[in-house]
Amino acid sequence: MDSYQFTIWILILPFVAFLVTGVLNGKLSPTISAGISIAAIALVTALSYFTAISYFFLNSAESYEAIQAASVTWLRLTDTLIIDMGIIIDPISAMMLVVISTVSLMVHIYSTGYMKGEDGYARYFTFLSLFSFAMLGLVLATNLMQIYIFWELVGVSSFLLIGYYYKKPTAIAAAKKAFIVTRFADLGFLIGILLLSYYTGTFNFMEITNPEGALISNPIAGTFMGFSVMTWALVLIFIGGAGKSAMFPFHVWLPDAMEGPTPVSALIHAATMVVAGVYLVGRMFSVYALAAPEALEVVAFIGAFTSLFAAVIAIVQTDIKKVLAYSTISQLGYMMLALGISGYGAEAGLGFTASMFHLFTHAFFKALLFLGAGSIIHAVHSNEMKDMGNLRKHLPSTHLTFLIATLAIAGIPPLSGFFSKDEILAAAWQANKLYFAVEYLVAGLTAFYMFRLYFRVFWGQERKYDHIHESPASMTVPLWILAIGAVFAGFLPFSHLVTSDGQPFDTHFHWSIALASVGIALIGILSANALYRKESDKSAKIRASLGGLYVLVDNKFYMDEFYLFVTKKIIFRYITSSAAWFDKHIVDGLMNLIGNVTMAISVRSRNFQSGNVHQYAMVFLTGLLLIVMVYFYFNPN
Amino acid sequence: MIENIPLSHILIFSTLIFFTGVYGFLTRKNMITMLISIELVLNAVNINFVAINKYMFPEQLEGHFFTLFIIGIAAAEAAVAIALFINLYRNIRSIDVDEVTEMKH
Repeated sequence: MDSYQFTIWILILPFVAFLVTGVLNGKLSPTISAGISIAAIALVTALSYFTAISYFFLNSAESYEAIQAASVTWLRLTDTLIIDMGIIIDPISAMMLVVISTVSLMVHIYSTGYMKGEDGYARYFTFLSLFSFAMLGLVLATNLMQIYIFWELVGVSSFLLIGYYYKKPTAIAAAKKAFIVTRFADLGFLIGILLLSYYTGTFNFMEITNPEGALISNPIAGTFMGFSVMTWALVLIFIGGAGKSAMFPFHVWLPDAMEGPTPVSALIHAATMVVAGVYLVGRMFSVYALAAPEALEVVAFIGAFTSLFAAVIAIVQTDIKKVLAYSTISQLGYMMLALGISGYGAEAGLGFTASMFHLFTHAFFKALLFLGAGSIIHAVHSNEMKDMGNLRKHLPSTHLTFLIATLAIAGIPPLSGFFSKDEILAAAWQANKLYFAVEYLVAGLTAFYMFRLYFRVFWGQERKYDHIHESPASMTVPLWILAIGAVFAGFLPFSHLVTSDGQPFDTHFHWSIALASVGIALIGILSANALYRKESDKSAKIRASLGGLYVLVDNKFYMDEFYLFVTKKIIFRYITSSAAWFDKHIVDGLMNLIGNVTMAISVRSRNFQSGNVHQYAMVFLTGLLLIVMVYFYFNPN
Repeated sequence: MIENIPLSHILIFSTLIFFTGVYGFLTRKNMITMLISIELVLNAVNINFVAINKYMFPEQLEGHFFTLFIIGIAAAEAAVAIALFINLYRNIRSIDVDEVTEMKH
């Protein structure tokens, strides 16, 4: 336990960087602020790699146990219910440390080029440090309350960074939308935490997720509306995770969050924060799998539905970042589904391993895709695909790295996405053929829309560009480093490292599934090639033949309109306006009445204090005479 | 020969002086006149003290001493009041009591 005490610095360093650059914002030169943030995250990266390597590879034990590296009692609610602040090191947190620190470092370096000359350059790095601190704190949390605190901190820093261009109304609206939607889902998370802690009397993950522990061996008695209290609590916690991970129906905030700077989208809205929901379910996985399998079915269903839903929308998007955003939602759905169909234990936990594996590889190739998109936007100053074309001549580094990431997400061997996606498909095949069919279809759709993006941006017609040039080295070097990750991350023997119960197991390579998934990926790529590589009216013809269906998908199934209808037409009009009337007329009216009465009395009594000495003397004398008369009336003698 | 004057006459006299003072205080606007009126009121009280002491308790001296005390206090009070009036006059060029409304509500 003592050997991991240095991990406390993983949290302290970015926090100190945040404080220093935040307090001295405007006093330090922006370059120095950025330097402090980058130095802090670079040290964190070194520490994270050291932690992960010593945990995974320098560990002589047979299986991986969770280690509580540090713990401080923070709040003592009752003698048994204590909120700690601590650090937990186990396979998934060690893996997440590597993911977060790598992507965060790359994004920090990339941002020095991308954000150069922007207003609030120092503020940007301050918020990045805050985010890194919050995200690392989230994955290292030892208990539900701590994870909830960091969960909200992550939400706040996401809000601040989406609204970075605070003079742009759409960015402000997007920031508010992201905050409100995730906050709404977090309400479920909080209720779930309270339910669980009320019945178990503890917040600590080590106690809650212990398979021999009290919670799992004696699940909470009592049912509510046909499901056990345990199921309800876990479904509520999953709702919190669904909000952060943009699962249907909370997915609406993520595409809008693309209003933030592109490196922020890469860090927060592709690689790290949005996987917090997956991480949360993974963290509580033994409870889900052993105590409430019904809750896990909900996870699987939502995951499968979201992955298909988002993939369909991604096909028709024209904004390059929106395509990537819907692709992220779709891939997150993949991870959720893999968790949902997994069992607990070595071989049965294939889905769990696959989900974490996909989380790991997805972080690399999706961050790479977003940073590549940033590089493209930096060059052509537009987000729209119609302003791009034939860019492979102008942006060679961006083109190559983008192609690597696109192949990886499409699942072409031997890139990383192939291995993790294949493992998810294998797990789905074992668990449920219907889910397998859905995910198989989504794999094809993914290959199609990603290559649609690729061909429309890098091939096709040359557009008019002014001063187009490849991005500076500060942007291309992170691209290449992430590309290395996107190529080789798949070769890690994940089933020996990250498993549901800490016991390593061997995965069997499923040739039939691998071949089938490569086949559908190739079909997707070839059809994208046929439609988009050379500009033609073929796609327009297909669009016209689909008619109403295309309109439906193009409007994202009218989800935003539905939310606006519910909030504006129903909640605002009928519920909140009557509450506002009550507040304005009854509550405020009572207060105003008291104030007005006091005012009226004082205005009248004020005349008494005229300042006229003669009046005072007259009143005094009259009063005195009255007293004397009264005295003699009652005492005649 | 003072014994020939009954106490009631002296009390009527002092009452007249007292109410003259009160009337002056209530009607005059000049502060110095008001101060003089207060002196009349005080002196009416002094006359009462001396007369009642002399007629009713001739063997005691408290009334006389009290009168001397009041005269002393009145002198000090006049000094303070006049100092106030002078300062007031320097500031607002007037010692009319109705003009002093600066601190009214």
